[in-house]
Amino acid sequence: MSDVLLSVEGLTRRFDVSKPWLNRVIEREDRQFLTATADVSFEIRRGETFALVGESGSGKSTIAKMIVGLLEPSAGEIRFDGQKMDFASGAAMRALRRRFQMIFQDPFASLNPRWRVGDIIAEPIRTFGLLRGAAIGKEVGRLLDLVGLSARDTEKFPHEFSGGQRQRIAIARALSSKPEFIVCDEPTSALDVSVQAQILNLMRDLQDEFGLTYLLISHDLSVVRHMSTRIGVLYLGRLVEIADAKRLFVEPQHPYTRMLLDAVPDLALSGRRRTPVTGEIPNPITPPPGCTFHPRCPHVMDVCRKRTPASVGTASGQAACHLLTADGQNEARETTL
Amino acid sequence: MAPVHKSGPLLSVRDLVVEFPTRRGTLRALDKVSFDIAEGEVLGMVGESGAGKSLTGAAIIGLLEPPGRIAGGEILLRGERIDNLPREKMRRIRGRRIGMVFQDPLTSLNPLYTVAEQLIETIRTHMDVSEKEARKRAVALLDRVGIPAAARRIDDYPHHFSGGMRQRVVIALALAAEPELVIADEPTTALDVSVQAQIIDVLKEICAERGASVMLITHDMGVIAETADRVAVLYAGRLAEIGPVRDVIQAAEHPYTVGLMGSIPTLTQTAERLTQIPGSMPRLDAIQQGCAFNPRCTRAFDRCRVERPDLIARGEERQVACWLYDPAKEAQDV
Ligand SMILES: Nc1ncnc2c1ncn2[C@@H]1O[C@H](COP(=O)(O)OP(=O)(O)OP(=O)(O)O)[C@@H](O)[C@H]1O
Ligand SMILES: Nc1ncnc2c1ncn2[C@@H]1O[C@H](COP(=O)(O)OP(=O)(O)O)[C@@H](O)[C@H]1O
Ligand code: SF4
Ligand code: SF4
Ligand SMILES: [Mg+2]
Ligand SMILES: [Mg+2]
Repeated sequence: MSDVLLSVEGLTRRFDVSKPWLNRVIEREDRQFLTATADVSFEIRRGETFALVGESGSGKSTIAKMIVGLLEPSAGEIRFDGQKMDFASGAAMRALRRRFQMIFQDPFASLNPRWRVGDIIAEPIRTFGLLRGAAIGKEVGRLLDLVGLSARDTEKFPHEFSGGQRQRIAIARALSSKPEFIVCDEPTSALDVSVQAQILNLMRDLQDEFGLTYLLISHDLSVVRHMSTRIGVLYLGRLVEIADAKRLFVEPQHPYTRMLLDAVPDLALSGRRRTPVTGEIPNPITPPPGCTFHPRCPHVMDVCRKRTPASVGTASGQAACHLLTADGQNEARETTL
Repeated sequence: MAPVHKSGPLLSVRDLVVEFPTRRGTLRALDKVSFDIAEGEVLGMVGESGAGKSLTGAAIIGLLEPPGRIAGGEILLRGERIDNLPREKMRRIRGRRIGMVFQDPLTSLNPLYTVAEQLIETIRTHMDVSEKEARKRAVALLDRVGIPAAARRIDDYPHHFSGGMRQRVVIALALAAEPELVIADEPTTALDVSVQAQIIDVLKEICAERGASVMLITHDMGVIAETADRVAVLYAGRLAEIGPVRDVIQAAEHPYTVGLMGSIPTLTQTAERLTQIPGSMPRLDAIQQGCAFNPRCTRAFDRCRVERPDLIARGEERQVACWLYDPAKEAQDV
């Protein structure tokens, strides 16, 4: 049994964002494409929590949707437990589908408002034919118990629950097909901090109990730091750095990671000195050439404006920055001479 | 300029009650909220969704949405009541003496007018200056809040600006008439992480420069920690605790604040589990008798279920609404 449960290689997704044909003809515009995910590669090990962080529009949800098969990649491949995910083959995808599940940000939108909680949770059990008859009801009760609700809640509708309780229902549903891998897309972003703590603790407990592997997606660095073993940082659809969760915050290698860290308000009142954060995320339809972070980067060099930096190995992962590539280091040497 | 009374607070909110009459009875959304904001001070107001933060701000500036209404208490600006002013008088205080910044910059900006038109109109409504002078001030203000090429960009429409730049424009607009107080309600919640810090910095600096006090409403304790002088914690429409930021964050006293602080993950902590407060904040129609926090409080005792605790002074600067700090109880416990 390999140590790697999920691997993603050169994953790319483009969206056609062109205006309608007639407008394009009249306004003499070309088709326009937005690259939401660009050449992303990473591996998730069995039993770990791998996190993807990034600001809005960085491509987090697009990656999550491709991994669970809700969106087809434009290029690249995804392997689950060594097996290539083949979007063309319905049967192969169905067999894989039982083994992973997804939890979404918005517990209000992700639960069907007209279904009773019991049916919502039982749906994956029925779809995959895992149990029959009375055993289903018993299993639903057990799952509700597991996530801190009660078997009496089976008959209720989603609107009768608070945001945090709805997220518990979503978790119970995700667990019902006994998956090994759960993709959690901003699972607590819509919740208050005290409720977030309940959900994060629950996710931890369930991971310990069932040996789950998580892909956790969040824009909140503190949440990611608390929950994960390794972290990937996204900027404009590209993975700029991957590192062990503990190392990333101690010695960020990529200038964007450093900027993100400097943007987090300091609750510890440590008075740590920080570089003021500058600039905003550019329009993803017309990203800057070369390193897409270059207009905001305090270390920008000529080569950054021309060539996209390749990923280079670092002490605990990898980073894509010319400060670490041979090209960049040559230029840095020349300018200091 | 209004006369400066260095002695009293700039803003004083006393026993503020806000109610919403509904078909199923009257909902009390704010219940006897009291606090002061001193000259030049930044007061943070935190609480979970629905705690009453925005309503507190709206009541102060006289913008409660009907049928919501102030059903008790008073609000004083430099010692003069502003909660019972005629609509027209209140309208003049808004913008001139109290500036506002909301979560969504587009609610504060009119999409049909250029930024120049909106800034100049605000400046000239409240101050006696020529069109030319107003424009000069507007450009200087935009420049100050960090809009590059302000003299040129001032003639653009709001939708030509990015989200962060729009919020900078709103801050310029809020400060255009040199108000004494700025109420900022979740000014960065709609913005990207890397933009939030920039906006908070601009807001803080420019208010400090001009000596304006700030009431900063947010659910983000980190923002409060870095920005505010004092913080007020709201729970179910009541003030749980108020005091200097450092005291409240590092040594919270109210059991709710203690739980809240422990539930926030940070970049430095190493604990495996977060502190957990059981349950969730009650809806307005289900607030328990006695202390509103009692069903979730691990330290609750009989009195908490019957009698509501008022704010109890803890030294010079702190107040906590919790029976654990009742001098009579403390004496008895010793
Ligand atoms: N028009 C209304 N009718 C009835 N109740 C209302 C109305 N407006 C607000 N409330 C209630 O008043 C309470 C406080 O609302 P407020 O908007 O001030 O909360 P908040 O702390 O700002 O929350 P959030 O963080 O979600 O903005 C809530 O319970 C809310 O449901
Ligand atoms: N269906 C779509 N059509 C066009 N653009 C899309 C679509 N889905 C996502 N995008 C764009 O792709 C980029 C990444 O989106 P997403 O993955 O949702 O970001 P986030 O990190 O906020 O979850 C964004 O610029 C977004 O606007
Ligand atoms: S490649 Fe250049 S511009 Fe990009 S992050 Fe590295 S130094 Fe900065
Ligand atoms: S008054 Fe009682 S119930 Fe309320 S916070 Fe204090 S100890 Fe807890
Ligand atoms: Mg998303
Ligand atoms: Mg609000």
